[in-house]
Amino acid sequence: MSARRGGALMRLRGMVRKESLQILRDPSSIAIAFVMPVVLLLLFGYGVSLDARHIPLAMVIERPDANSASFAAAFQQSEYFSPRRFDSIQDAEQALRERQVDGIVWLRGDFSRRLLAAGDAPVGVILNGVDANQARIASGYIQGAWQRWLQTYMAAQGRELTLPVGMEQRVWFNPALRSRNFLVPGLVAVIMTLIGALLTALVVAREWERGTMEALMVTPIRIGELLLGKLLPYFALGMGGMLLSVAMARWQFGVPLNGSFWLLLAASTLFMLVALGMGLLISTVARNQFVAGQIAILVTFLPAFILSGFIFDIGSMPAPIQLITHVVPARYFVAILQTLFLAGDVWPVVLGNAAALLLLLLIFFAVLGRKARKRLE
Amino acid sequence: MVNAGLPAALTCQGLGKTFASGNRVIQALDGIDLTVAPGRITGLIGPDGAGKTTLMRLAAGLLRADAGELRVLDLDVSREPLAVQSAIGYMPQRFGLYEDLSVQENLDLYADLQGVLAAERRGRYAELLHMVGLARFTARLAGRLSGGMKQKLGLACTLVRPPRLLLLDEPTVGVDPVSRRELWAIVQRLVREEGVSVLLSTAYLDEAERCDEVILLHQGRLLGQGTPASFSEPLAGRCYLVNAPAISKRRLQMRLAALPAVADAIIQGESVRVVARAAGPLNLSSLDAGPADVEIRPVAPNFEDAFIIRLQGEHDVTTGESPPPPMAATMANDDAAVIRVDRVQRRFGEFYAVKDVSFEVRRGEIFGLLGANGAGKSTTFRMLCGLLPASGGRLEVAGHDLRRAAARARGRIGYMAQRFSLYGNLTVAQNLRFFASAYGLTGQRWRERIRWALDGFDLARHADMASGDLPLGYKQRLAMAAALMHEPDILFLDEPTSGVDPLARREFWHRINLLAEQGVTVLVTTHFMDEANYCDRLVIMADGEVLAQGTPAATKARFRDAERPDPTMEDAFIALIEQRAQTAGEPA
Amino acid sequence: MPRHILALALKELLALLRDKRSRFVLIGPPIAQLLVFGFAATFDLQNAPIAIYDEDQGAAARELIARFEGSRNFEVVARIDHDAQVAPLIDDRQALLVLRIAPRFSQEILSGGGGGSVQAILDGRNSNTAMLALNYTRSIVTDFNDAWAARHGRSGPPVHLEIRPWYNANLESRWFVVPGIVGLLTLVVTLIVTALSVAREREAGTFDQLLVTPLRPVEILIGKSIPGLLVGLLQGSLIVVVTVYGFGVPLRGSVGALYLGMALFLLSAVGVGLMISSLAVTQQQGLLGAFLFLVPAVILSGFATPIANMPQAVQWLTYLNPLRYFLIVLRGVFLQGNSYALLMDQYWPMALIGLVSLILAGWLFRHRMY
Repeated sequence: MSARRGGALMRLRGMVRKESLQILRDPSSIAIAFVMPVVLLLLFGYGVSLDARHIPLAMVIERPDANSASFAAAFQQSEYFSPRRFDSIQDAEQALRERQVDGIVWLRGDFSRRLLAAGDAPVGVILNGVDANQARIASGYIQGAWQRWLQTYMAAQGRELTLPVGMEQRVWFNPALRSRNFLVPGLVAVIMTLIGALLTALVVAREWERGTMEALMVTPIRIGELLLGKLLPYFALGMGGMLLSVAMARWQFGVPLNGSFWLLLAASTLFMLVALGMGLLISTVARNQFVAGQIAILVTFLPAFILSGFIFDIGSMPAPIQLITHVVPARYFVAILQTLFLAGDVWPVVLGNAAALLLLLLIFFAVLGRKARKRLE
Repeated sequence: MVNAGLPAALTCQGLGKTFASGNRVIQALDGIDLTVAPGRITGLIGPDGAGKTTLMRLAAGLLRADAGELRVLDLDVSREPLAVQSAIGYMPQRFGLYEDLSVQENLDLYADLQGVLAAERRGRYAELLHMVGLARFTARLAGRLSGGMKQKLGLACTLVRPPRLLLLDEPTVGVDPVSRRELWAIVQRLVREEGVSVLLSTAYLDEAERCDEVILLHQGRLLGQGTPASFSEPLAGRCYLVNAPAISKRRLQMRLAALPAVADAIIQGESVRVVARAAGPLNLSSLDAGPADVEIRPVAPNFEDAFIIRLQGEHDVTTGESPPPPMAATMANDDAAVIRVDRVQRRFGEFYAVKDVSFEVRRGEIFGLLGANGAGKSTTFRMLCGLLPASGGRLEVAGHDLRRAAARARGRIGYMAQRFSLYGNLTVAQNLRFFASAYGLTGQRWRERIRWALDGFDLARHADMASGDLPLGYKQRLAMAAALMHEPDILFLDEPTSGVDPLARREFWHRINLLAEQGVTVLVTTHFMDEANYCDRLVIMADGEVLAQGTPAATKARFRDAERPDPTMEDAFIALIEQRAQTAGEPA
Repeated sequence: MPRHILALALKELLALLRDKRSRFVLIGPPIAQLLVFGFAATFDLQNAPIAIYDEDQGAAARELIARFEGSRNFEVVARIDHDAQVAPLIDDRQALLVLRIAPRFSQEILSGGGGGSVQAILDGRNSNTAMLALNYTRSIVTDFNDAWAARHGRSGPPVHLEIRPWYNANLESRWFVVPGIVGLLTLVVTLIVTALSVAREREAGTFDQLLVTPLRPVEILIGKSIPGLLVGLLQGSLIVVVTVYGFGVPLRGSVGALYLGMALFLLSAVGVGLMISSLAVTQQQGLLGAFLFLVPAVILSGFATPIANMPQAVQWLTYLNPLRYFLIVLRGVFLQGNSYALLMDQYWPMALIGLVSLILAGWLFRHRMY
């Protein structure tokens, strides 16, 4: 019995050593594991931002005076806007049409008169609604600037602004609402999916293409040993990519890691295994790199990107699509990541999502155990 | 029998296996009963699609049989595949060497997988590396080895734990003659010294003669089993060598093949080998060969004779009888050189793939380019087709300097690549239409040439079939038809018969002969040394240089000695390589 | 066009369409992406879970809460009654927002003094969602204030905003995303068709067979670019139809202006694809090359997030990206109702990129032919 186990260990050692040597000698594996995370992180960290700053705004002041100037100043002082003066609404509208400005703030000629006389001066705001999300954000900022102006104006008048309801906001975990803080942790899930599923699917397909699989299969190696031998080195590679991403998130992008690092490591281990399981499952179907790559991108990468809550809020998707997201492993990992990074060790979130990952892991490996055979057909 | 006490290496009864390909079902093996004796070399012979690889894979436990029983070393393969795999060695056709691992690392991997104990390894490695001649290259990456060396390393990896049965699937395909001899020597030594049983499939019929026993498969069925001699014996008295100095051997071969009394005629050395349809004196009175100057010598039948006759019985093979494809233009057979290669070089970085190669090819000649893998023949060939610019020297094809008028020169040549290289998912007709247009044919000529190709090559029946699904022989016909679409003056053929079974090879050479008769110049590379005899003249290359140049007869004559009164092309080739290795002062 | 180039283009198309794998590549991923992007890629907030922490229990508070309950953006999932319940709700992601209404809210609001106070506590883990929830909350509160002031004859603030979004009155983010998909998918398909076309032939060994014909390299390149253009145009048109009739996005501008943009865009996509094609020896490399171009091209195009939010250096980089210009054309024509004149600044950069990339592809092709 121990002799047989010795044989299994020896075979496993042989496989692991072979895979490791191949990884070290193949620049493309190293590139996928270490260069791609850096590129993706830089691209997303710097290229993708939902935080509008310096929104180009047309200020139309038909009759300049002290009041309109103080109103315009509220916009000039804000870092959210870079206002440009226009003399007529027609010019401003033309600029909006030509996409030179994203919005117009229009103080009509009777602004000061109505402000002083009736205390009821309308300010026209026109927004370019093409990008609905940005328009909404811009509208929020404009309302903020307006309220700040109101307060200083009333204070200067010696009056107090009496709105029936005053609202106070407290944003937890990410008070400045930096979009980078939520994009970068989620990206770790996308990167690990790429390494785990895409790379594994590709390397197994490569063995089929080059005919090395046939030679491997005819040795006394068991199918479990073969899969484990593939899994271990790529697990190490994937965890390396994960650590690199976490380090970059922490120090390059200044995302706080409020939760425990060890908990993060444990959750990543679980997710890495799920991703590797997906890769191996794909490889049982696809026997050339082209097909393996296509399937891996379609069923693992794209869902991890779009259906995981990484960028788009799952709760706002139509019900059938929300249903689909439940089989996207990245969904659970993204939830864990965002929580561990920004909120801390929130056990109900971590445990609930980890349980879902564990369930998927068991399902994937059960299917793998049934499908993987040491046969060529 | 030497090992009468041992169980059979392999037995099967009623073995059957089918594959589904699209909506067609292919019967790869059908009711095979056979026994492979232990301690011997058994050859598995058959044309393309005979089921050789399927049988090997079934025996290795890589496929599951649909019907029948298969026992290897007295173990049921379907029940105990792991036990079988622990006892056998199997080298697939494309052996899975990891090209990014070194020789030593490849050996280590297979030693680990095969459970070779650490204590045994040193001795076994030394023994194997010595045997395959790779002891000096242990640190080299497998991807950097030559084709022959890779094959030998594959064999060493298979043998790292001494197997009781060795399965070799076409181990010598694409391997040069020198390495081929070495591989055979290794296998024979294993059987002799270690008592291994060997089952080996091959497409080279001369290799069948080296086996102790031969199994003949055809379209998934067993045609026969026995010693090589037992196959050829029935043909005793029907085989002859014919010489007729008055006419060229190619013309003689064509005329002989057309005779009703002749079952098979091929060029062998400087003669034509003939198998008669019946025993008895060969009557060549109808042979229009001039003044009775025909010399007929009876010879002993060989395995190839038997193989061809046997397969002719299986289906109506039309060697030498298919209608000649009509070529519109026939040119005068003058002696003008249509290809001039003058001190041509090709450098890849620091490495010279071709250095100072010069030769000329005359109109209407069949000109051969022979050499081992990496000898530079493919590079030379690609330069001549305008696929690769030369680094130095002068290339002239059909009167055009390839440096200046490549496009115009290309209009005069036809090219047939080594692998089937037409559009596999286009139909036969779509392929022909495309190439006709690509060669600039229009209107009436366009229609005519497509018709010609469909009729002349017997492709009309398959016109709407995806060309990738054609049987191999038809693929080759289609490739040739496409290359001849524009009636080129010069035809380039790169390893045209590799992987093609002997029947299709015969048909192919028949067509080439006809073309040459009509004045088309043919330049051909080949690694089948016996095919070199079809050439009018040839060059033999090694390491980018020309080693010998001349007619086949003259080339062989250089190596005639007491030991070899009648050297074959292969003898001459190996002698040339060895000579070169000696002068270079290093073992090959 | 010379007959032999047409024959080559026809052959390319046939080879593409008769192959099961490439048919799949042309049909499978685009449909999946259209559906997923079209439905899932939304920045609108719907039924976001909120919790109400009403410490006041007065009539005014009930009125305010009713407004939250009536909003389709929010769904009240919990009502709580002491402080300790807030943290678990937010931490465990059961509620995105807790609306806390201070004690004496109704009393203060009725007294007409400083006003009642409400506090919105948000989960900031997804900053965008939090920002949207904040904006929705703010507008509900503003509406409440206006209504209250009007009903009780109080003067409102001396200045009020009249906000009007142009082109997309209801600010539906789908109207923004779906026209972008036209650009995204035509780019993906055209790039993959052209980037793999030479590598596929190299792998099948047919490339040599093609090169020994009298076709010139430029003619081969033209023949290979036509299928990419055709397939891209066809797929683009199909998605335009789905965008208009399936997703109900208005097509307000000139269709001609849209197609001029598409043609120029496809030209540059084909140019980039052929450049990759000339460099790639295997399909694997071709695919990798296409992927390496696609990911940055999509991210740095303004497809999902505005270019204006990027750092200045990255913004300069986007000027090299043809998708950047085409997305503006698409949204300009679909939503803004633009015609040729307003899109000139988008047309010429695409034409330039197309020209340069095609010339480069030709040069690379000639030098990497062997």
